Amino acid sequence: MDLIRLKNVEKKYKNGVTAIYNLNLAIEKGSFTFVIGGSGSGKSTLIKMLYREEKPTKGQIIVGGLDVARLRNTKVYKLRRKLGIVFQDYRLLPKLTVYENVAFAMEVIGATKEVTRKNVLRALEEVGLKNKVHNYPDQLSGGEQQRVAIARAIVNNPKLLLCDEPTGNLDPERSMEIMKVLDTINKTRGTTIIMATHDKEIVNRMKKQVVTLKDGHLVNFKKKGTYVDENI
Amino acid sequence: MKIFRMLGRSIRDAFKSVIRNFSLSLASISCITITLIIVAIAIMASFNVQNFTKEIERDLTIVIFLNNDATEDDINQVEHELRKIDNVDKKSIEFESKQEVKEQMQKESEVFETVLDEWDDSESPLKDTYQVKVKNVEKIAKTATQIEKLDQVNSVRYGEGMVDKMINAFSSIEKVTYGVVIALVIVTVFLIINTIKLTISARRREIGIMRLVGASNFTIKTPFIIEGMILGLLGSIIPVIFTTYGYLAFYEHFDGYLFTQLIQLIEPEPFIYTTAGIVVIIGIIVGMIGSAGAVRRYLKI
Repeated sequence: MDLIRLKNVEKKYKNGVTAIYNLNLAIEKGSFTFVIGGSGSGKSTLIKMLYREEKPTKGQIIVGGLDVARLRNTKVYKLRRKLGIVFQDYRLLPKLTVYENVAFAMEVIGATKEVTRKNVLRALEEVGLKNKVHNYPDQLSGGEQQRVAIARAIVNNPKLLLCDEPTGNLDPERSMEIMKVLDTINKTRGTTIIMATHDKEIVNRMKKQVVTLKDGHLVNFKKKGTYVDENI
Repeated sequence: MKIFRMLGRSIRDAFKSVIRNFSLSLASISCITITLIIVAIAIMASFNVQNFTKEIERDLTIVIFLNNDATEDDINQVEHELRKIDNVDKKSIEFESKQEVKEQMQKESEVFETVLDEWDDSESPLKDTYQVKVKNVEKIAKTATQIEKLDQVNSVRYGEGMVDKMINAFSSIEKVTYGVVIALVIVTVFLIINTIKLTISARRREIGIMRLVGASNFTIKTPFIIEGMILGLLGSIIPVIFTTYGYLAFYEHFDGYLFTQLIQLIEPEPFIYTTAGIVVIIGIIVGMIGSAGAVRRYLKI
C-alpha cells in the first residue's frame, strides 16, 4: 500500500521561482527512499511539502490518508504527529538535556510521564545514546546530536520519517553511523523513511530506492538505485 | 487528565517567562496596577454616586404650604385632590398642622421658642403643610405645578436646584474617569502585547520545534495567554489592597457621610470585596486581551 501519493504537484514560490514541476510519485509503506539531486533541484521543497511547511501551488499530496495540500493551518499538527523530521542542523533545544529534548516531543502532545519515560528510553537505546541521557547537546559530537534528533523524531512511533540532508554536517564515518541507525529503524519499526541527500557515497552503499530530481523535474525513480552523475 | 497535564505545563512555562523577562514584565505589571487603581476609584465613585442619587430621590419630598385661613374642610379637600394626582405616592401623604410645626421648631431651638410664643395662631407665619413624595422623580416639577394650582394651596417647595447640580457634577466626574480608564486600558494592552512579543521571540526556536513535533496551536498559544493573565493578576494585587483598605479608611474618616448628611457612603462590607473582585477580573481580562493580541500578531502558526 502507498503511504505517500503525489499527483501533478507543482510548487511555485512567491518570488516566481518554480521548484517542482508536475510531479507524480507513490511511495510504499515501509520503504526507504533517497531523494537526490543538486542544489536547487527541488528535493528540499519536496520534503517540506510532505510535512506541510510549504503548500503545493497545484496538485494533490496524500500522506497517510491526509490530504496535505488542503490541510488547514490549525490542523497541521495532525499530520506532524504521524511523522518524524530530522534536519541537517539537528534543531535541539540547548537548555534541555538529551532526555528532555526527546521527551519534549511527547510532552507537547500530552503524553503521561510513564509513557514518555518508556518511549524516550527505548528511542535513545535504538540510536545508541542510552548512556548520555543527562548530557546537554553542546557536550555531544555532531553525530551524537543528530542521533538525539533521530530519537526525538521516532519517539512518538511515527509511520514516516523525513530526513532533510541529515548527514550534511557530518564526516563520512559519522554519516555511515547515522545511516545504520536509520536502516535499523526502517527494518525493526517498519517506519517509512524518505531522505534527501546529495551524498553519493551513502546512496551507492545503501542500495535503496532512489528518486532523482533535476531542476524541479523527476528524472528517475529506481528500486535499488545509485547516484548517477549525468542525472544532476 | 490530558488537559490538566498540558495546563500544568503551560502555567509552569508562563511563570518561567514572567521571571525571565522580569524588567518588561514589571513595566506591564506597574501599568496594570496604575490602571486598576484608577478603575477601582471609578467603580467605587460611580457606585456611590448611584447609591446616593437613589437615596436622595427616594427622600425628595414636595412640601405644600396651605393658606393661613384654610379651614378644616379646605384641608381635607386638598388631601382629596392630592389623591387624584397620578404621580403622587398616596401612602406618603402626611399632614402637619401649624401647631405641630411650631412645637417641633420650639423643640429644636430656644430662640424659636420665645419668638414663636409671641405670635398667636392668626398672625403666625407658620402654615399648615402637606408633605408628599412622588412616584417618578423626573416628573416632579410638573406635579409640583399641578399641586400649586389647587385651591387653598399657598406655595409648593421641593429640593430643586442644589440636588440637581450635585448629581450633574458627579456624573461629569464619572464621565471623565471613564475616559481616563479607557485610555489607560488601551495603553496597558499595548504594553502587554510588547511583553508577550518579547517572550515569543525569545522562544521562537522552541515554538518551531513544538510545531514540528506535532503540538497543536492551542498547546503553543496557551502558555502565552496564561502569561498575560499572570501579569494581570500580579498587577491587581496593589489595587486590591488599595480598594479594601483605602475605602475602609475613607469611610471611617468621614464617618460614612461625604461633606453633608445628604451624601451617604455605601457600607464597606461587602462593597469592598465586590469591587476587589471586579478589579481582579478586569486585570486578568486585560492581561488576556493583550496576550491574545500578541499571539495573534506575532505567532504566525
